[in-house]
Amino acid sequence: MPLSDAEFLSGEIFEECAVLTLSDLSRMFAVDEGHIVELVEEGVLTVIEIDTSEWRFSGAALRRARIALRLERDLGINVPGVALALELLEELEQLRRERKG
Amino acid sequence: MGVARDATEAQIKQAYRRLARKYHPDVSKEKDAEARFKDVGEAYEVLRSPEKRAAYDQLGSGPRPGEEFRPPPDWGRGFEFSGAGPGAGPGAGADQADYSDFFEALFGEAARGSAQHGRRGFDTGRGGDHHAKVLLDLDATLEGGSRTFTLRVPEIDAEGRVTTKERALNVQVPKGILPGQTIRLAGQGARPPGEGRAPGDLYIEVEFQPHPLYRIDGRDLYLDLPVAPWEAALGATVKSPTPTGPVDLKIPAGAHAGSKLRLKGRGIPSSPPGDFYVLLEIALPPADDNKAKAAYRAMADALPFNPRASLGV
Repeated sequence: MPLSDAEFLSGEIFEECAVLTLSDLSRMFAVDEGHIVELVEEGVLTVIEIDTSEWRFSGAALRRARIALRLERDLGINVPGVALALELLEELEQLRRERKG
Repeated sequence: MGVARDATEAQIKQAYRRLARKYHPDVSKEKDAEARFKDVGEAYEVLRSPEKRAAYDQLGSGPRPGEEFRPPPDWGRGFEFSGAGPGAGPGAGADQADYSDFFEALFGEAARGSAQHGRRGFDTGRGGDHHAKVLLDLDATLEGGSRTFTLRVPEIDAEGRVTTKERALNVQVPKGILPGQTIRLAGQGARPPGEGRAPGDLYIEVEFQPHPLYRIDGRDLYLDLPVAPWEAALGATVKSPTPTGPVDLKIPAGAHAGSKLRLKGRGIPSSPPGDFYVLLEIALPPADDNKAKAAYRAMADALPFNPRASLGV
């Protein structure tokens, strides 16, 4: 299907321009806010602003939330298990980089 | 999935979990992990449902080795997460040779998420957000520019069956995007029924195809560059590929394998941009003729060199 130039969509790098609220994350992944809170309590997600009326997250939280929710769903891991898996994955990534570096 | 035909439910679940952990795209570094994970998911969908399993068993002797069993499209929800694997997406076809991106659709993630967490009906007055994943070539982040993504969107037809519709999106890829980052396309998510309600957004997760020459680490790029022993020992100016074309690179005298040279600012664009690193490898010329052998012998005679001195032998 040929598209004209006018139909080009301009994308933005979400992580670099976004500050996410608790309700943003809840809406984006269609999980309830309590579940996002659980991810924060287990250290999967980090809140960058606590003083405001609603928790705020950096754009980078999007990726962590996405991976965490996928691991939960696909592998049947509970939240503490997801937190551990994410930490180990990051460590593995770091080691791979050092080995190749 | 490598289970026997008379495997129990528990055995099937165990095999599924093991393979799912092995090939989960967020965990696995296996090649084709994405496609394998999808296949495993589809197989499990079949095997864990008594009716589907019965239908599968009735296919006669079952698939012979090397023959794949593909459930009909409306059986598997598996594709929603992992979509078409590498090579299966239309973007990978020859008709789009200019675009090395291939597509993967993750639409419907939202729907499954809500089912799992026991909450439905997020009535926020706007359409749901959709998620997709694409594989980009390195040039896309170095140069920016437009790419065509072909996404498959599941739809429910009049008879309640799930079908997929292809949707082509031309997207300006932001320069400097990194693996794991997300492109947001506002208003390209689900369109809610009814007038006057805003559509949701589309979030496209970006991963990169492995580049034949360069490795990505954050914003930095790495290249392994082979040099001759004399180039390393004596210093030399050699040609090196870079993403922006070949450059003349000055190798300092006394360089060794693993020496790291930096070309500042030639990595992935940003402010400040990443750097381009060249890691030297010493390539030995083969000693396959008399002239080469004589040269090696002359070196052995001339140099009192023990490469194992540090090992104490």
